[in-house]
Amino acid sequence: MTSLASPAGAVRKPWPFAALLAELWNDKAAVAGLSVIVLLLLAALLAPWIAPYDPAAQSIASRLTPPAWLPRGNLEHLLGTDQLGRDVLSRVLYGSRASLLVGVSVVTLAGSFGVVLGLLAGFNGGRVEAMIMRLVDVQVAFPGLLLILLVISVVGPGMGTLIVVLACTNWMIYARMVRAIVLGVRQSPYVEAAEMIGCTAGRVIFRHVLPNLTSPLITLGILEFTNIMLAEAAMSFLGLGIQPPATSWGLDVANGRDYVFVAWWLVTFPGLAIAATVLAINLFANWLRVTTDPQEREKRFARAMAAERRRRRRSR
Amino acid sequence: MAIFILRRIAQGLLVILGVSLVVFVATRLIGDPVKVMLPLSATDTQRAAFEHQLGLDLSLPRQLVDYVGSLIRFDFGDSLWQRRPAMEVVFERLPNTLLLITCSLGCAIMLALPLGAIAALRPGGIADRVTVFGGLFGLSLPQFWLGLLLILVFAVIFKVLPTSGGGSLAHYVLPAVTLGIPSLARLMMLARSSMIDELNQQYIRTARAKGLDFRQVMIGHALRNILSAFITLAGWEFISGLAGYTVVVETVFAWPGLGLTALQAIQRSDLFLLQAIVFTVAVLIVAINVGLDVAQKLIDPRINLA
Repeated sequence: MTSLASPAGAVRKPWPFAALLAELWNDKAAVAGLSVIVLLLLAALLAPWIAPYDPAAQSIASRLTPPAWLPRGNLEHLLGTDQLGRDVLSRVLYGSRASLLVGVSVVTLAGSFGVVLGLLAGFNGGRVEAMIMRLVDVQVAFPGLLLILLVISVVGPGMGTLIVVLACTNWMIYARMVRAIVLGVRQSPYVEAAEMIGCTAGRVIFRHVLPNLTSPLITLGILEFTNIMLAEAAMSFLGLGIQPPATSWGLDVANGRDYVFVAWWLVTFPGLAIAATVLAINLFANWLRVTTDPQEREKRFARAMAAERRRRRRSR
Repeated sequence: MAIFILRRIAQGLLVILGVSLVVFVATRLIGDPVKVMLPLSATDTQRAAFEHQLGLDLSLPRQLVDYVGSLIRFDFGDSLWQRRPAMEVVFERLPNTLLLITCSLGCAIMLALPLGAIAALRPGGIADRVTVFGGLFGLSLPQFWLGLLLILVFAVIFKVLPTSGGGSLAHYVLPAVTLGIPSLARLMMLARSSMIDELNQQYIRTARAKGLDFRQVMIGHALRNILSAFITLAGWEFISGLAGYTVVVETVFAWPGLGLTALQAIQRSDLFLLQAIVFTVAVLIVAINVGLDVAQKLIDPRINLA
């Protein structure tokens, strides 16, 4: 197993990601996850071209058509239609856009805010640190969702409100993690050496500390993305997220809720889209976490060695 | 110890103060309660009368003083929707939510520890892989969807459990399962990973080497040491349930709890009731947090309480 961390190994390789891809191939669950993620991205980007219908186009004549494989279904609507005759497949394809847009914007906003504050707290120490960390502590103890509901109900629901509110309530976890890592790294001999020979603060941060942050931050960002996706779906389900002319998976499940007794496909497919996406991302992130964390790699290596020893002892 | 508890309580008061401030700013400065609560057809005189009745025509500092007074007296005025004191509504609905969370979390804890421990016995084995995948799967299910699917299967197709509402023990099953699945997944993953780390420690090897049997080592040594982290997460699950994450489940199953009441208060623009709910929950959360810190210290003397 070649080490991914050593830059020398990466330089010698014709393509730096080759080793990573080879390792990914060993974990079939992660491969499945990544494929679903790629499919989802394609669906979101190409929705106007691949969706068979306009997601908002109603046709009362073909309302509540079941999916194609059921007796009353037909091939014109593969996943059936809802109570207004809108095509479920088209709505699911378009719905991926809301999830992705909200997820990406919230993770970017909350992530950059949290990282900056975490770096500040970790580097400055003293009063700045105390203030930032107190803010984090206080906000973590907030009755989160209730407060979000209150603010949204006062400001008025919509995609913009949702993004801002979720970003304001999710930045703390980044700040905490970044501060913890910075504090740990600052103690390490190579950073002390860099400071000793007179590197500027900027150089220490970007050259020596930031590389330690990349892989945990990427993993955290991905995991947070799934949380935000679920939160967006839940808020839209409650009627406080994406509003009706637009489409969202949570909104579609809420729509189908009144028809759960006569048309099971209305709640099943958009919900399945959420579950499959989140599961795919989780599987991929789980692999990424174990692969990019040197400590986890060590543990995995030790485990493999132990298993090997056991096997040898048994065969003897 | 006493100083520590006092300091935690002071910190908690700070949180409550912050929550109250956010509520005040959100309802008085960002939003206009009169516009939210009165219908569009109300005349200007009606608006002015209503504003006067609520004390919103006073100056902002004066309003703040009145507001703090109402916090201290735990009196948030009458709910506009139910036409009775808001706190009365809160105390009527709160037990339902607490019971639901306790049931689902209790089951999740009792399942998570043994499942996690079994998975940890042989990392990478079949039981372990099933646990990890099951955990990731449980974390990926949107609760509102899981709830609707459970209704579809157990209430519509098999007709063995009621679809919604409260009352009998059977009413608890579906909401508790729906609410408990993500918690079970998180607790199980934590039990597994911390148990794996613990079993790799040297002292476990020593205990085994001196002849203690495996069960004794698991329960007396390893379990005791992971309990602190486990209780922290379990407490966090309880708090997050209380902090509004039951809203979705309560909505799906029409469970007469605090979360559903909060949503209904929003739909009916009942700001006073909503204010009362948010404040009560904040106080409860702070109280539980302090209790958890103390419990942790009692369980694990290694924890530094500074």
